[in-house]
Amino acid sequence: MNAVDAVRPADGRGDTLVTVDDLAVHFPITSGIVFRHKIGAVRAVDGLSFTVKRGETLGLVGESGCGKSTTGRAILQLIRPTTGRVLYEGADLAHLRGGALRRQRRRMQMIFQDPYASLNSRMTVADIVGEPLLVHRMLDRSGRRDRVRELLQTVGINPNTLNRYPHEFSGGQRQRIGIARALAVEPNFIVCDEPISALDVSIRAQIINLLQELQRDFGLTYLFIAHDLSVVRHISDRVAVMYLGRIVELAENAVLYGEPMHPYTQALLSAVPIPDPEAEEHRRAVVLQGDVPSPADPPPGCHFHTRCPAMQEGHCDLESPALKEVRPGHFAACHLINAGDYPRIRAGENDLAVVAGSPAEGGAVAAVSDVASEELEMGSSE
Amino acid sequence: MSGVLPPHDPYAAGEVASPAKATDVALGGGSTAPVGVDWSPDALLIEHRSTWKEVWIRFRRDKFAVGGLVVVILLILMAIFAPWLAPHDPTVQYDEGLTMQGMPVGSSSQFWLGTDTLGRDLLSRLIYGARVSLVIGVLANGFALVLGVIFGLTAGYFRGWIETLLMRMTDVMMAFPIYLFAIALVSVLKPSLWILVLVIGIVYWTPMTRVIHGEVLSIREKEFVDAARLTGCTNARLLYRHILPHLVAPVIVYISLGIATTILFESTLSYIGLGVQPPTPSWGQMISEGQPYYLSAPHLVIYPGLMIMITVLAFNLVGDGLRDAFDPQQRRR
Amino acid sequence: MMLAGVYTPPAMGVTTSRLLDITDLSVEFASMEGTVHAVDHVSFAVAPGELVGLVGESGCGKSVTATAILGLTRMLANATVSGRIDFQDRDLLALPESEVRKVRGKEIAMIFQDPVTSLNPVLSIERLMTEGIELHLGLSHEDAVARAIDMLQKVGIPKAAERIKDYPHQFSGGMRQRVMIAIALSCNPKLLLADEPTTALDVTIQAQILRLMKQLSREYDAAVIVITHDLGVVAGMCRRILVMYAGRIVEEGPAKPLFHHPHHPYTVGLLKSVPRLDRPRSDELESIEGLPPDLSHLPPGCSFAPRCWLATDECWQTPPKLFVTGDGRRSACFHRDKLIDLAAAEVTA
Repeated sequence: MNAVDAVRPADGRGDTLVTVDDLAVHFPITSGIVFRHKIGAVRAVDGLSFTVKRGETLGLVGESGCGKSTTGRAILQLIRPTTGRVLYEGADLAHLRGGALRRQRRRMQMIFQDPYASLNSRMTVADIVGEPLLVHRMLDRSGRRDRVRELLQTVGINPNTLNRYPHEFSGGQRQRIGIARALAVEPNFIVCDEPISALDVSIRAQIINLLQELQRDFGLTYLFIAHDLSVVRHISDRVAVMYLGRIVELAENAVLYGEPMHPYTQALLSAVPIPDPEAEEHRRAVVLQGDVPSPADPPPGCHFHTRCPAMQEGHCDLESPALKEVRPGHFAACHLINAGDYPRIRAGENDLAVVAGSPAEGGAVAAVSDVASEELEMGSSE
Repeated sequence: MSGVLPPHDPYAAGEVASPAKATDVALGGGSTAPVGVDWSPDALLIEHRSTWKEVWIRFRRDKFAVGGLVVVILLILMAIFAPWLAPHDPTVQYDEGLTMQGMPVGSSSQFWLGTDTLGRDLLSRLIYGARVSLVIGVLANGFALVLGVIFGLTAGYFRGWIETLLMRMTDVMMAFPIYLFAIALVSVLKPSLWILVLVIGIVYWTPMTRVIHGEVLSIREKEFVDAARLTGCTNARLLYRHILPHLVAPVIVYISLGIATTILFESTLSYIGLGVQPPTPSWGQMISEGQPYYLSAPHLVIYPGLMIMITVLAFNLVGDGLRDAFDPQQRRR
Repeated sequence: MMLAGVYTPPAMGVTTSRLLDITDLSVEFASMEGTVHAVDHVSFAVAPGELVGLVGESGCGKSVTATAILGLTRMLANATVSGRIDFQDRDLLALPESEVRKVRGKEIAMIFQDPVTSLNPVLSIERLMTEGIELHLGLSHEDAVARAIDMLQKVGIPKAAERIKDYPHQFSGGMRQRVMIAIALSCNPKLLLADEPTTALDVTIQAQILRLMKQLSREYDAAVIVITHDLGVVAGMCRRILVMYAGRIVEEGPAKPLFHHPHHPYTVGLLKSVPRLDRPRSDELESIEGLPPDLSHLPPGCSFAPRCWLATDECWQTPPKLFVTGDGRRSACFHRDKLIDLAAAEVTA
């Protein structure tokens, strides 16, 4: 089955800007000193296919180690994909080298997680924001300076501070400077890699608002990578959920948050804390068994089967589910989703006892399926 | 998106935190910020202070390091102004510099620290000896630095087979008995100051390469390097503009410690006669010449020995101080 | 609407019913930029078994407060500490280090943010756990091991008797945090300080750990102070909330009313600026403008005034005290009445 065809939007709304086709990034684990040889691989990204439409924000969520940041970097060719293609307006980036790649990079930029590590501490703000203009020979010296002032103004930094060094700014201000640098080359596509998770709580909303405003003003397309499901819901048009190197579910924002089908998405959403004691009292988090397996040694079959309360033995633990369109525009990778029916996960009468035994640790598999049958009710959708 | 971004004023739009806005809101609410005090985000910028200034402030607190620096500066001045400072020509053999028995004389009003076995003024020779030590210390380390930067940067930045090749080569070099290697080299080539610089440089590039290689490995993983790559920087620009500037601090520390080691090395080579050739004075060579007389004229050994000790100690103190000043977190005290 | 009366912390009455009583605690650091007022005249109390949330952004002084409670500020160079920290009626700041050491780890235990760096990697879990038990409870090694295994089972480590021989790196992040909780609770502490206990963890693991901490606190009758920047973390767990800003407590109160009707503009802003899954999506987040102040150059009045939409002359000039604003509630705002009226209007509407 051609994965790209599978994820091509059915309604044809919004043409495709970026296509990711069967993308995989494996980091070799090597051994030996003089002659290194490969003894294994960390499958950080393991066969991803999705598209990003022009002008939209695609949210990419998942827990740490699920490969979401690697995906962002592989799309921008900061990490070369092991296999697969990344098409930008139809042209494959994975084969570009040297000057051709550098020219293509004018169109796509990145906003980084750590505002302290992402700015060169030995360069002034003017040099940092002006560097893209310089390397692409976009303007002369005085033109660059004017443009830098304009960019700083756009992101809410006083243009008179352009001769200062990054360490003189706070985290939020540094993040704005990083955004100005990304905007300098007038990109169409920006990968936002956890752009607010290193910032103070009272600063986060400022940056989110800025990103949204820039998107409106300049018609930007975002791939928004984050682990915070509330923030992703706020900013995204469509959302993809990743687990252990694969996409498990992808849908329109309202659909994914309104009626998540994949057991993992359901559990994830139920675990998000809500800053309201009243609301917290009336909801129960579905506590998943055990921990995320290592991407160096992912479980066979569905990667989620070791923690899934709905797991069916002999099926989920053997066959890897493909990401298929379960409803128009709603993609999920789960054997148990059929014709709009899906396993519904809820919290059972299980506190610590269930948390303790993980099927991954062996022995507890039978107990889990008992719990699963309690927790689970198969139902048809409305 | 085509053309230039349209001019946009977020302050006017009011969506972005702006210095103007914070104050405006406050004023609009009928309040006044205390006159002369600005609590806007711009005013909250951390006071401008360059990295170098901060390093200096931290360095200044370390009394031993400052003492070391003073000694180093004095030594440099002494080397530069040797012709004016030295009371005598260091190579002239004075008749009155030897006793009737042909023994060196002790300190007198003419020869403040006495003379050596050939009747030359010891003080003048010590002063000129600083030139040899410092010139070799600086040049040999400079040479090692050039090799270290080329190899370390290439290996750390490009990785792959070239890294394996260069770093294994470095390991092999480090496994060599360096004194024997240097002695072999010097005995093949004719000993001179320049040959000495070359030999010491060749011996000392390996640890320098290792230090730089390690630093480059950690710098290239930083997000700002990815950011620079994304903006379209070429490899050359990445190396020159983004990686090299971050090597300055560790390299300065390493060199200040390395100079001390090289001065000792030079003294050793000169002591065994493979260093600077007479009549040019060098501290190691002076010890070697004075050694047979260490009972009858101990000052011949003691003074150059003291000079070596003081110089090495001073450079080591400066190096330690710099290391702490550049990296306050890694202080081991 | 101002309620008259003296501030009464939930557990006041007899002095002994207060486990921890902090009075006028200040911690200052001498730095190159000047004196940093990390904690500025902070007072609060914790009752036995109570779950308290200490909420604030980085640099607001919440972690330094915890450091002071553990009596570790005395080990920091350049730190000046004043005020009182009464724990079970003994002032920890006045006690000699040898006495504090008997309290730290036994009566007061700590859970750190990062289970990777806070567990010594060269010691086995057995060593890590039994050391404290033997020292503080005076048990023999065999008894200590038995107790350690028991604790590991309580925090949900499967096959605890075997895994106690393992080293920290052999556990996953979530499991390591469980080990840390087991270590912290192994000497039956009366007070548990949890500094960002779930920040390094994934959301599904976070839910497990919070649930575990809440349950064990009840079982062991230990009071817990959860220190976090995440309002969501304390909402489901803590009965009472303290909000800190720039070294001061700006608001205090029982969780439910505080979350529903905050009495301090900073708390209002903080709650509004976070997107919530249980509310409809909004086009724009209501953000707090500006930046947190530099702790070495604090404004002369209220430190939130430069960012506050209610600020008046008074706010710029005098720092507000903590005023009593309701049942167990305090707010350090001159304009608290506006917020209280706003809340009242909302309730009637």
